[in-house]
Amino acid sequence: MESYICDIVVILAAIVIALRNLRKSYETAEGRLEVLRGINLDLGAGESVALIGESGSGKSTLLHLVACLDRPDSGEIVVGGRDISKLNDRERAAYRRAEVGLVFQQFNLIPSLDVAANLAFHAKLAGRHDSAWENELVERLEIGALLTRYPEQLSTGQQQRVAIGRTLAARPGLVLADEPTGNLDEANGDAVLELMLSLSKGTGSTLLLVTHSQRLADRLDRQVHLRSGKIE
Amino acid sequence: MMMWTAATALLSHWRRRPLQLGALLSGLALATALWSGVQAINAEARASYARAAAVLDQDELVNLVSPNGRSIPQAAFVRLRRAGWNVSPVLEGHYRFGATRLRMIGIEPLTMPVETNTVDLGNAGDLLSFISPPGTLVVSPGTAEKIRGQTDLALRVSDQMPDGVAFADIGLAQRLLKRDGELSRIVIAGDQRPGLEPLGMLVPELSVRETNAQSDVEHLTESFHLNLTAFGFLAFVVGLLIVYSTIGLAFEQRRPTFRTLRSLGVSLKVLAVLLIAELVLFALAAGAVGVAIGYLIASLLLPGVAATLEGLYGASVPGTLSLRPEWWVSGFAIAVAGTLVSSAQSLLRLMRVPLLAVAQPQTWGRSSEAGRRFQVLAAAALLSLSGALLLWADGLEAGFGVLGCLLLGASLLLPAVLSGFLTLMQRMSSGALVTWFWADARQQLPGLSFALMALLLALAANIGVGTMVESFRLTFVGWLDQRLAAELYVAARNGDEADRLRAWLATKVESVLPISSVDVEIRGQPMQVFGVVDDPTYREHWPLIVGIPDVWDRVASGEGVLVNEQLWRRERLRIGDKLDLASDWEATVVGVYSDYGNPKGQVMAAINALISHYPQVSRLRYGLRVQPDQVADLRSSLSDEFGLPPDNIVDQAALKEQSRRIFDRTFLVTGALNIFTLGVAALAMFSSLLTLSEMRLPQLAPVWAMGVTRRDLALLELLRTLVLWLATFAAALPLGLALAWVLLAVVNVEAFGWRLPMHIFPYEWVRLGLVALAAGVISVFIPLRRLAGLAPSELLKVLANER
Repeated sequence: MESYICDIVVILAAIVIALRNLRKSYETAEGRLEVLRGINLDLGAGESVALIGESGSGKSTLLHLVACLDRPDSGEIVVGGRDISKLNDRERAAYRRAEVGLVFQQFNLIPSLDVAANLAFHAKLAGRHDSAWENELVERLEIGALLTRYPEQLSTGQQQRVAIGRTLAARPGLVLADEPTGNLDEANGDAVLELMLSLSKGTGSTLLLVTHSQRLADRLDRQVHLRSGKIE
Repeated sequence: MMMWTAATALLSHWRRRPLQLGALLSGLALATALWSGVQAINAEARASYARAAAVLDQDELVNLVSPNGRSIPQAAFVRLRRAGWNVSPVLEGHYRFGATRLRMIGIEPLTMPVETNTVDLGNAGDLLSFISPPGTLVVSPGTAEKIRGQTDLALRVSDQMPDGVAFADIGLAQRLLKRDGELSRIVIAGDQRPGLEPLGMLVPELSVRETNAQSDVEHLTESFHLNLTAFGFLAFVVGLLIVYSTIGLAFEQRRPTFRTLRSLGVSLKVLAVLLIAELVLFALAAGAVGVAIGYLIASLLLPGVAATLEGLYGASVPGTLSLRPEWWVSGFAIAVAGTLVSSAQSLLRLMRVPLLAVAQPQTWGRSSEAGRRFQVLAAAALLSLSGALLLWADGLEAGFGVLGCLLLGASLLLPAVLSGFLTLMQRMSSGALVTWFWADARQQLPGLSFALMALLLALAANIGVGTMVESFRLTFVGWLDQRLAAELYVAARNGDEADRLRAWLATKVESVLPISSVDVEIRGQPMQVFGVVDDPTYREHWPLIVGIPDVWDRVASGEGVLVNEQLWRRERLRIGDKLDLASDWEATVVGVYSDYGNPKGQVMAAINALISHYPQVSRLRYGLRVQPDQVADLRSSLSDEFGLPPDNIVDQAALKEQSRRIFDRTFLVTGALNIFTLGVAALAMFSSLLTLSEMRLPQLAPVWAMGVTRRDLALLELLRTLVLWLATFAAALPLGLALAWVLLAVVNVEAFGWRLPMHIFPYEWVRLGLVALAAGVISVFIPLRRLAGLAPSELLKVLANER
């Protein structure tokens, strides 16, 4: 499985993203539902952008497309000069491993691994495991006492810290966060976001963050509003 | 109304998961099928023994017998009748009609007590022809078929008669068996006039044999049926493990529903009643299917079982099955009881865990942790009990107790052992995916543990029984080579022909080995005494287990005898012990020989000694030693000279072939049950994997999101399943060998009276391993295809906020 290392393309310190006329629709019981209707968006290197909008506006879908978790119906997603919407399954997996870091509202930690193994998981998959950097993250995220625990033994705030640590331990060029503080109370949410912003700035990562909260969005470099599948 | 609404909500789980419901019902149906199938076979066989015993042995009545097993003079019977005793004479022996050897029972219908009048003699005219010369034989339709054309006697066919037996008037039996004036036993009727002279005064030389609760055949075959029951029970347990596992998972998946129902005002009691009603409903539906399949299995296996019983014990069982209501009822009962036992833990857990905690996985996880600790303790207790039984207990039941505790203890220990192994592998690995692979396998263990336990039981049973059968086969074939040393076996049709045959053979062959035996009763047990001549064939070939240095000289001199292993073990005989073979014949045990496949005790003595003490002994059969290349010529010469039919001249190869065929047929049923059990275990694995695959997404989606392809995830799933199968197979090897050892060294000795050396057959393990592997791949195939073909949208649902 370490052969995955061979698949790693180029590790970018920061990524320039260009979305061109991006469209995505889903089959539903009521018929075809157009979720994204021609999105055009540019993200600069190291920029932090908040993607805000109501439920069903297409925020998560857009994030999934940029993360190569899903394919668009049409349009281009150019990341670092390469259209990732044309990649095959293996290349898409390599892209996710090497270039993207994902933070979810549900944390999605691996339940069978303890915190230490969860923290190192993505970095090892990406072939960029750095113990010193990991120790620094542990210290800054204040999760040193949790390393031998399992996800089910952590509070939601602790789980989200570990999830952020896992993402940043791999030093991804692009951090995609989908409502990362949605399951946390305001104080915890603020603390976690603060940490994520400061750490991603520290690594020079580009950050695209989906949120409902205008208060959180205000703290990022730029805001993009999505309504009914279009950028306002 | 509330009940119905809540029931609808609970049942909706199964509507959405038809495959899971299928697994539950098929597990239950198979468990019931195998159990009730075996019960049907046993019930049929036992009913048949009871019928046969009623006809043959008149076991409800007291008999007068000779204490040393010799014949009773007819004068004793006359003395008793004259003294006013209501008694009836019986003579038993074996008689050949051509190639067919029948148990001949001579009775006297006019004095036969009414309660034993089970022989169908027809009307008065038939009775007259039965008692008047030339006489009539009452036989079963099967026996009539075999001996038709071989005798001039009239045949009366009766459905009540067991195969291989002929009833005749006692005068006719005495004539045919050449035992004029002799009786085997005297039946004493239940109603006697008061004030009769005591039996001890009238016939002091005879002893009274009390009523037998169990017939000889029933007693002999008890171990076989116990074996069959044990196998049926094992298959039932394996099937129940599927039920347990599926119900456990279904309860786990319905946690949110339970919580919602309870928070909406459905009481715990109502919830429990609904769940029990649901389970009973499923049990009845699956039980009906199971009993029907059980009937089919029993119908398929019964001919094989009948052949086995015939070959091993001479017990006659019809090859067809009758439908018995009690069997249907017991099938349903076992299905319902099995389901309730399998679901007891899940139900108890539901009752104990608080309302709000019900939907939290970790609460269930912690409850499971306590269960796992209890499981390990129970395993340790069972394994210790198995060891204690082995060391300190005796008897067949103790032997099966050792087996049961060993199998159950080992299977309960399996999850802990596998968990330890997986933890070790995880600690030894360093790569992210490899570490996750082992950790994830360990996480799957609780969900798969029952399927793996079922697999362990099935594999161990296969290895154990396979090793036993193959060890038996190897020993048996070697033993057969020694035992059937004569190149040709010939049977004369009557005494005159036998005399002419002996004279003719004297110049034609290297040696003539008479095969003569009498059935006697020694130490209260029916036995055979064989007569042998002093011949190098015996000295060089006879399979002795122990013996004094000049054993054959002592046998030839008539003072020493050999006993078979069964008699040796059963009577705890030692070399130098004395045996009363007749009232005036006491011989010393000088050696012991192996005698596989024979349920009875046997003694080998010098032929001259046998003839002098039992002059009536039949001397019709002979083994002939000739050069192998002369066998064909001798055979045709015998045929030309004496006009002997082909069945009366059998060569060694044909006899060995026949013996091997009987051997193979004997273990056909075991083989079939082995395959069934393995099939059930594969189904257990399949159903568990299928159910688990529905719960796998939250565990796999994050790994996929971090850059592992669906194809690689599917391959890892396959690899994980195979690793668990192989680890279970590795655990099954020592357990299977332990099982084989207990079967060979404990159960066989108790059941059959012989001990077999244990041989190891690694090629058989490889074969079984491959079969298990194929079953593993098949069981994982559908869940795997499902995973590999999973649309990204399904995985995204897990990752998305809206899931």
